[in-house]
Amino acid sequence: MKLNRRQFIKSTAAATAATALQGFPFIRSAAAADTVKVGILHSLTGTVAIAEASVVDAEKLAIEEINAAGGVMGRKIELITEDGASDWPTFAEKARKLLERDKVATIFGCYTSASRKAVLPVMERYKGLLYYPTYYEGLEMSPNIMYTAQEGTQSAIASLDWLYKNRGKTFYLIGSDYIWPRTMNKIANLHLKKIGAKVVGESYYPLGSIEFASEINKIKAAKPDVIWSTVVGGSNVAFYKQMQAAGISSKNQALCAMAVSEEEASGIGAENLEGFMSCMGYFQSVKNPANAKFVKAFKAKYGANRVIGDTMECGYISVYLWKMAAEKAGSFDVPKVVAASSDLAMDAPEGKIKFHGNNHHLWKHARIGTFRKDGQIDMIYESPLIEPNPFPKI
Amino acid sequence: MTPEILAMQAFNGLSLFTILVLMALGLAIVFGLMGVINMAHGELMAMGAYTTYATSLLFEKLMPGLMPVYFLVGILLAFAVTFAFGFALERGLIRFLYHRPLDTMLATWGLSLILQQAFRHIFGPKEVGVPTVSWLQGAWSPAFLPDAQFPLSRIFIVMLALLVSFGVYMLLFRTRWGLKIRAVTQNRAMSGAAGINTERVDAFTFALGCGLAGIAGSSFTMLASTGPVTGQQYVVDTFIVVVFGGVESLLGTILSAAIIGQLQSTFEYLMTGSMAKASILLLVIVALYFRPNGLFASKVRR
Repeated sequence: MKLNRRQFIKSTAAATAATALQGFPFIRSAAAADTVKVGILHSLTGTVAIAEASVVDAEKLAIEEINAAGGVMGRKIELITEDGASDWPTFAEKARKLLERDKVATIFGCYTSASRKAVLPVMERYKGLLYYPTYYEGLEMSPNIMYTAQEGTQSAIASLDWLYKNRGKTFYLIGSDYIWPRTMNKIANLHLKKIGAKVVGESYYPLGSIEFASEINKIKAAKPDVIWSTVVGGSNVAFYKQMQAAGISSKNQALCAMAVSEEEASGIGAENLEGFMSCMGYFQSVKNPANAKFVKAFKAKYGANRVIGDTMECGYISVYLWKMAAEKAGSFDVPKVVAASSDLAMDAPEGKIKFHGNNHHLWKHARIGTFRKDGQIDMIYESPLIEPNPFPKI
Repeated sequence: MTPEILAMQAFNGLSLFTILVLMALGLAIVFGLMGVINMAHGELMAMGAYTTYATSLLFEKLMPGLMPVYFLVGILLAFAVTFAFGFALERGLIRFLYHRPLDTMLATWGLSLILQQAFRHIFGPKEVGVPTVSWLQGAWSPAFLPDAQFPLSRIFIVMLALLVSFGVYMLLFRTRWGLKIRAVTQNRAMSGAAGINTERVDAFTFALGCGLAGIAGSSFTMLASTGPVTGQQYVVDTFIVVVFGGVESLLGTILSAAIIGQLQSTFEYLMTGSMAKASILLLVIVALYFRPNGLFASKVRR
């Protein structure tokens, strides 16, 4: 295209005017009066998209339900979705964009601890609010983050106590090699020592490892009563398939997986998992009216063959917890929403839960169940509500 | 250490060796013989794995009675699909990039990202469950060592690797095609002058390397996951084996796989998985420091 000088000036002036108009505050608030903007920030592409895409589905379902019921304080939720692309700097950049440019009232997002750690300084600097829906290692409490899944001790200690009482005295710890399994096993080592159990092996594999044959021989040589696994992601498929092939199954070995939910079961092959235990805050098979409603709504929206795992439920309740806190505070102002969250209780699909008075985490149940042939989990133990303790002294 | 564990550990070494051979043979041809650094090699393995998955779905739906043999068909189909894809890839992209190794790397890396995203769109972001056929489930316990278990899936892979290596050897050294391939890779200009259609040989050789990747990916569905990023789990090990063995030598690739396989399974028994991996990489670095062309580089004039 050829531009002469007059046309150039004209078009530039028009563009400038358009930009300036957008910036005018009254136009913004006119549009914002009947909606409230929130952000979703998860990986939709890249390696972690496997897990995060379905959390987004659950969060969107909650937003849709809330909008259908009239919104938050009469304002419909306007959703802005950003892709963190499994890349931590991208997470930080998109968080800044959501806070600075879109001025969202809150963000639901992050999955890995690495992405949360990248986003944290941005949240604190721009005074944003993040609801984080993944079970994680603890050792963190930001004034700008609400943690809606289990921190390390909530799942670790409850499961170890139960396993020690019901399955045996010697433990073999195996995990992927990054912060969550390492911290979980640190907690486990200290706690097992305290209760008198014995750790007969501890091993870590790089993320994405696909060769476990030698590890399986080590396990056979050590003969532990219980394998306590914090292996995550694609490695799990290799781990369980190879154990099955080498003759280790639930018939001759107790195993409790700390990071395998119903969602991962189909990829691993339910036949390789059958009978092994999983410890989570939520199972799809939990029986109460709130969960029945949630599961029904989710399947109606996304298809009958979809399954729901712990993180998805935590993402779903995050949206409701934010709504309840905002309504209690009568404001979308971050400090007021945070203050209103203290001791906030909810009748969630995972049961009655509530926020801790001051540490931004939830009082939660820990649940242990065994995998069925169809990949669902039959619950065999449910703890009472456990106080969140992100900075444990063990 | 009990004799059972010792036997199983020795078998693990053998198993890992054959896994690495299967992984690396295709790349040894593409990278070693042709000099193409194909960063999408892992994704071709994933393509083989997904083809096997699609075959299992097809059999389940159309002829559930023949489920026990689906896996053999799946392996053949995986070879066919990746061979065809490799052929098209060479004709459509790679042939414009010979003698431009950096551009090839960039282009094939881009291709690997495109393929990953394509898998994600077609098969979903989650790992898919590829069923292991009933006759390869479980383990074999020999009468003299009743407590030892040798997984049938791994025994199958050992046999498959032997078969494939033998096939590649026969093809390269006992057929006219093999003669042409070796001629072209040694001296392109002279081969052309002698009347060999070098372009067709290039396309065929590249496609063969890709097809071998497909076979590898297909058989690994028994051991590991099948997902959009599956290829990434394989590609690093594959390159290590080929580079460590000496890029231009197929025999070097096989010996290097044997060494790395044995060392890795031994190290993994003695220390944690992460430390074993790190130690292997360290050893490879040291070895390459003293022998930059790999352990078994053929001595050629340059």
